[in-house]
Amino acid sequence: MTVPVEQLKWMYKTMYKSRHYEETLYQAYFEGKLPGFDLAAGPIPGEMHLSAGQEPAAVGICAHLREEDIVNSPHRPHHHAIAKGVDLNRMTAEIYGKITGLGKGKGGHMHLFDPAVKFSCGGIVGAGLPQAVGAALSSKMKKKDWVTVVFIGEGAVNSGAFHESLNMAALWKLPLVVVIEDNNYGISVSKAASTSVASNAERAVAYGIPGVLVKDNDPIEMYHASQEAIERAKRGEGPTIIEIETYRYLGHFVGDTDEYRDPNELQKNREKDPIPLMKAHLLQEGVASEVEIAEMEGEARQLVHQAFDFARNSADPALETALEDVFN
Amino acid sequence: MKMGERRLLTGSKAMAEAVSLEMKRDENVFLLGEDIGMFGGIFGATPGLFQEFGPERVIDTPISETAIVGAAVGAAAEGMRPIAELMFVDFIGVCMDQISNQMAKIQYMSGGNVKLPMVLKASVGGGISDAAQHSQTHYGTFAHIPGLKVVAPSTPHDLKGMMISAIREDNPVVFLYHKLLQGVAGFKQIPANIGHVPEESYTVPLDKAKVVREGKDVTIVGIQMTMHYALEAAEKLAAQGIDAEVIDLRSIAPIDKDTIIESVRKTHRLVVVDEDYLTCGLTAEIAALVVEEAFYDLADPVRRIAIRDVPIPFSRSLEDFILPGPEDIYTEVMDMMNAKVLK
Repeated sequence: MTVPVEQLKWMYKTMYKSRHYEETLYQAYFEGKLPGFDLAAGPIPGEMHLSAGQEPAAVGICAHLREEDIVNSPHRPHHHAIAKGVDLNRMTAEIYGKITGLGKGKGGHMHLFDPAVKFSCGGIVGAGLPQAVGAALSSKMKKKDWVTVVFIGEGAVNSGAFHESLNMAALWKLPLVVVIEDNNYGISVSKAASTSVASNAERAVAYGIPGVLVKDNDPIEMYHASQEAIERAKRGEGPTIIEIETYRYLGHFVGDTDEYRDPNELQKNREKDPIPLMKAHLLQEGVASEVEIAEMEGEARQLVHQAFDFARNSADPALETALEDVFN
Repeated sequence: MKMGERRLLTGSKAMAEAVSLEMKRDENVFLLGEDIGMFGGIFGATPGLFQEFGPERVIDTPISETAIVGAAVGAAAEGMRPIAELMFVDFIGVCMDQISNQMAKIQYMSGGNVKLPMVLKASVGGGISDAAQHSQTHYGTFAHIPGLKVVAPSTPHDLKGMMISAIREDNPVVFLYHKLLQGVAGFKQIPANIGHVPEESYTVPLDKAKVVREGKDVTIVGIQMTMHYALEAAEKLAAQGIDAEVIDLRSIAPIDKDTIIESVRKTHRLVVVDEDYLTCGLTAEIAALVVEEAFYDLADPVRRIAIRDVPIPFSRSLEDFILPGPEDIYTEVMDMMNAKVLK
């Protein structure tokens, strides 16, 4: 199975965009927070969960998705949002808490909702799973071939919502793909210390559905696994679990002391950074030239900078808007 | 049936008729929950609907409350109009995240970009010796969470009209029906669980209380069983020359402050009766609203009757003692009026 050239380029460009976005965000996040690191200070207040390193999980599956397909994401959502095509300007404005944000400044970075591309995310671990079941049920009831993809971390697999949702989705043969991003840590607790099985893909047996393990943090492997899962979903055969062994390069949240990880482990994973690896692959296979890649990267950077400019130049919400939107 | 003839229905049948009418009217309306299919719901929540609409739209689920409520949230976000059935309201304990953090907050956190037109329906109430884990109302628990409309209709007429309104509502609604007001087999039959219900479709607003008995001496606010008990007490009080006004609250969030205050301005006395816990509950909220806006209209301190901060006991005599009843209301009002005489 070969991956179409356009898809390869899109995956690279999107991973690059996501990484550049988060690098920019990382810098901006520290504005006004130092010295001493005050989480609530500066132009971007609140917790910040960055996904740098986990981009292959997002692009490998989102490459197959259309606007009408549904994505539900957890508290570490930027790579998924970017890969699903969420409005980058309004997403960034939301992260800054501005009135032009996706949620008019009421959600923040963990609560991004863009109904135009059917993207949502949330801050409670595992809580997106049942909602994804409901979205997939809707597609089935409406007799549409829309697929729902729900991203969760390996930690969420141990929540009750996982079992309830997987059983229900398998029972009703819903068009759902559950992507488990195994970054090996639920905040500070390692997978070995929290999880009774080596691979959560094995849990698929409990629901009589396929479970696929993507061993490398590789967008192309993820692409192939996703293709099969999505086709199965569209055929009405039900859900698939895909677990990808990925890695987050930063702490659980920005400011995390990260003392629970062995620096050698981090270094080893840094050396396997999927973005330069994919770039080398594109060049080696003749998919894109240095010039083309530079152009893609330039475009991505420009979009990111535009988004941050848009956010910074947007107005804060008027205080009385805090009382609006409880009900519509 | 001839035009104009009064048709009597039980609460259960009235509520199911509302769902049926709306399911015919809008193909996006569907039900999901435990034992709602062939079985028709443990408390007659969905009689006949499975037979009428089939398993695709009246969906029996596994015992998975988190997934039931969460799936309703996800389906509502996709433009469906799900009705999730929780069987016993006490089961909120296993799915509170989906209720409190998801159903109630997604509209707000999305800045109004996501709409959740869904109904979460649950049976409430004691009186059947079902003990502490199957007898609560949780009226106040829901009302304390911003983002939920919470209603608890007291009559078959309102069960139908408010269910139709709830299904058509573009916001999340918690719809609480009282077990004793359903009129289903296996439960004590009381006059209040049957009533006049027009055949046609009609709506009853989700935010309006109703004066169900006019009086001039004291206002008694109740909801569901406590409203019916208040009416019973009012008859007994009338024999003592005390003319009580009774308000059926119907909506817990929002509370129809205007109807209550208008009544208190007339009667100058307020007794609030609640089949929920006393502390930080409905009785306190209504007392506070009246004190804030009509303090100088009050001739006596507000009286509150509610469950005295104990779990609901099993033994029949203990449960009867703990749940507010018509005698408690009668005694409280008599005490209030006698206290006035002594003054």
